[in-house]
Amino acid sequence: MKFFISILVTGLLAFACGLYLPWWSVAVASFIVASLIYQSPLRSFLTGFCAIMLLWFVLILMINAANDNILAERISLVMGMGGSYMLVILSCAIGAVVGGLGALTGSLLRKVM
Amino acid sequence: MNSRFGYMKIVYFLLSLSVTLIVIVLLSLGFGKAPPFGKFLSPQHGFWQNAEPATQQYSGDLNISSIGHSTEIYFDDRLVPHIFAQDESDAFFAQGYLHAKFRLWQMEFQTLVAAGRLTEVLGAGPDSAFLNNDRSMRRMGMVYGAKRSLAEMEKDETTKKQLTAYTNGVNYYIENLTQAELPLEYKLLNYMPEKWSPLKTALLLKYLSFDLTGSESDVEYTNAKAFFTEEEFKKLYPLWHESSSPVIPPGTYFPPPFDSIFPPPSADSLYFKWKHAVNVETIKTDQDNGSNNWVAGGSKTLSGRPILCNDPHLGLNLPSLWFEVQITTSAYSVYGASLPGAPPVVIGFNDNIAWGVTNASRDVLDFYSITFNGNDKSQYLLNNEWKKAELIIETYRMKDGSAFTDTVAYTVFGPVMYDDRFNGKGRVGADINLAVRWMAHEPSNELKALCDLNRAKNYNDYAESIKYFSCPGQNFAFASKTGDIAIWQQGTFPEKWKMQGDFIMPGTDTSYKWKSFIPQQENPHILNPERGFVSSANQVPADTSYPYYLGGDYDVYRGLQINRMLEIMSGITPEDMQRMQNENFNAFAEAAVSYLIQHVKFEALTDDEKTYHELIRTWNRRNDNDLSGPTIFLNWYEEFEKMIWNDELAKQPGASKVPQSATLIEALKRDNTFPFIDDINTPEKETIEDIATKSFQKACVTLALAEKNGKLSWGRFKDTGIRHLLRMEPLSRLHLNIGGGRNVINATQQYKGPSWKMIVQLTDETEAYGIYPGGQNGNAGSRHYDEFVSDWADGKYYRLWHMKKNESADKRVTSILKFSPSFFK
Repeated sequence: MKFFISILVTGLLAFACGLYLPWWSVAVASFIVASLIYQSPLRSFLTGFCAIMLLWFVLILMINAANDNILAERISLVMGMGGSYMLVILSCAIGAVVGGLGALTGSLLRKVM
Repeated sequence: MNSRFGYMKIVYFLLSLSVTLIVIVLLSLGFGKAPPFGKFLSPQHGFWQNAEPATQQYSGDLNISSIGHSTEIYFDDRLVPHIFAQDESDAFFAQGYLHAKFRLWQMEFQTLVAAGRLTEVLGAGPDSAFLNNDRSMRRMGMVYGAKRSLAEMEKDETTKKQLTAYTNGVNYYIENLTQAELPLEYKLLNYMPEKWSPLKTALLLKYLSFDLTGSESDVEYTNAKAFFTEEEFKKLYPLWHESSSPVIPPGTYFPPPFDSIFPPPSADSLYFKWKHAVNVETIKTDQDNGSNNWVAGGSKTLSGRPILCNDPHLGLNLPSLWFEVQITTSAYSVYGASLPGAPPVVIGFNDNIAWGVTNASRDVLDFYSITFNGNDKSQYLLNNEWKKAELIIETYRMKDGSAFTDTVAYTVFGPVMYDDRFNGKGRVGADINLAVRWMAHEPSNELKALCDLNRAKNYNDYAESIKYFSCPGQNFAFASKTGDIAIWQQGTFPEKWKMQGDFIMPGTDTSYKWKSFIPQQENPHILNPERGFVSSANQVPADTSYPYYLGGDYDVYRGLQINRMLEIMSGITPEDMQRMQNENFNAFAEAAVSYLIQHVKFEALTDDEKTYHELIRTWNRRNDNDLSGPTIFLNWYEEFEKMIWNDELAKQPGASKVPQSATLIEALKRDNTFPFIDDINTPEKETIEDIATKSFQKACVTLALAEKNGKLSWGRFKDTGIRHLLRMEPLSRLHLNIGGGRNVINATQQYKGPSWKMIVQLTDETEAYGIYPGGQNGNAGSRHYDEFVSDWADGKYYRLWHMKKNESADKRVTSILKFSPSFFK
């Protein structure tokens, strides 16, 4: 339960931060949530990882559907990828790793306290 | 125990923190050509934010302190903004805002190119290509010219106000731009826009001058003169082509010149007989940067009113060079194509008149050979004395933060563009120092010409306004609702003695300077000619009865074909004009193909070659996309031309110039034993039959390969494409299967062609059509990015909507953007 609540809170906070702060604010959001809602470092990492991955995945899906996949297709070719789905995977993976690391750091800070 | 655990906890935390920070930093930096992945792929910041919903609206209400009155912008279904403002300042503010909103990256990028600052965003490039381009721009005095023109523009109170309003509009957009809204290319290349300035607008206009006057061949002609005899030279590069059909109808009276000028006494020895080849590779723009415009007068049209047509042929790029806009103030209402980066409309029409431009193609860029006193270039020889040169240090900042410095010497002629530090390709040994004298160095206010033209009501207003247009010289075609038609070749042109500036001139003697300029009133022009039409297509402006020296580098066949067609047409409708702009008849092929076929030794051909022979023999001389004739002709003529010229030109030291195609065909038709026919590298003496046959056989090899790849049809072979400015294929529209080509009215070549096609019938209710190969929104994530390309490729047009204020409820209006004056900063 704590795991799912953490994911939800991290996702919402990361979204809000993203509106006003630079892209790496997703790490700050998962860091804050992980240091407030205590879980083991591994579970925290997974929380941040899943939260940002899901957040970015949902956002990208919405943007891309409204855009009829025009730009994702073009950019995937610019970046030498096989198709826009790979761009989606790469984006979400980057968000997930950064989110996971932020949460891990937050959880470890909590342990120090 | 506890303290050790506590210690380890801190280590784990710090370790995790460091890893996190390092990952974030790495994902925020770009490596090589790759964008910073984290920043670029974040859905709330990166490129995903540029992926516009297909149903995107552009409506809004903005409170702005720097405008005077409420301004409304109505976007139609093609995203053309119709600006309704009280006065010009508010209108130009809005135009600046809109240019920035839809084309910011492009307009800034083009000014970076003009200012020689490409290295700042792209680095030095492969083989220092970008650095060399930057150095060429600065060394030819682009920034120098822009600054001088800006000072001239700002002397004029009205122009200054207009420029300020426009600049404020652009900067209002930039200041309120978020990381998410940043145009895609900034994100890809990882840099930020600067604030706009009037100097950037001046630079953009100078870049246009470079694009349209930068194709001169002084170095090539100098090398040819050094190698060939005078007689040979005249055969290679004649000053007149018999097939020419000048802009001003032959037989038109020209008053005697205001003054006669002669070459300096030393010209024979120091200039004409100076035999010195030059190791310089000049930067130049494509000579095919041409255009068509014509006006059929009321006597030739069905409506009894003039129809004006214009299609400037420039590089076909995405985002497009042009942005359609309507500007309506309480004083006037104009519609047309504007240049992102500058107010107002460049080619268009208002409630009373229409106008269009083509390039005058006159030579207004000359080189002078400078003698320096020693290596530091601080002194140069002038009239037997050492004169001090002004040394300007140019610094080029690289993308990686390093810098490159270069010193440029300024002389009385102009900046020394080529010297021992730079020959166009990089560093070379001392050979020659060439100072450049260029019309675009002169202070001028072209913006005033355009702004006045936008509000012109009649012929007099038009003739008065274009006087301010100095460089690049243009043929301004004009038509009014009152039935007047006219054309002026307008620009400030140096008065030259015969062949002055065709070669590098001695830079040690001020008597070789441009002495004066041709009085504006004596520029070639005609109002309501008897023949009922005016036209221009970069051909020679007038025949030899024009009292000033015109040089010989002019296009021949498009102008010929346009005049032939207009001569016989009558009862013309706008639809006829659409067909004419899309006309694919190849007047050069008409002149050349029968001649070539006549001289092929048919019996010497193989069966396969005979098939191609039959295809070109029966070809209707039209460059239609589905025909193989144009492909066969192009390949054959290219081989033919090489076999005629290359043996001689290869022996000439330094850069050389292949003579014009009209030169060759006219010469051969006059004289079957033209001396250049023989291949001087073989012992036997080739005849025209030998060369025609050999070149055909050689072309057949290429043709067979093209056929195997399904590229024998002209549209496939030519392979027209609209390329992104950064040459990124996925952001381009390539492989368009369309006809046209060189020497054809439909001048669509591979990467250049009709960049804006406009037809305006000046009936009481204006009937106008237009299209350009692009879309209004420069964002590759918008459906408006390349919206018009397919219709353009199909030769279609859009009916242009010159909206009236009371039509705001029209269903074509898709979004409304309102600017209201605000008293709070």
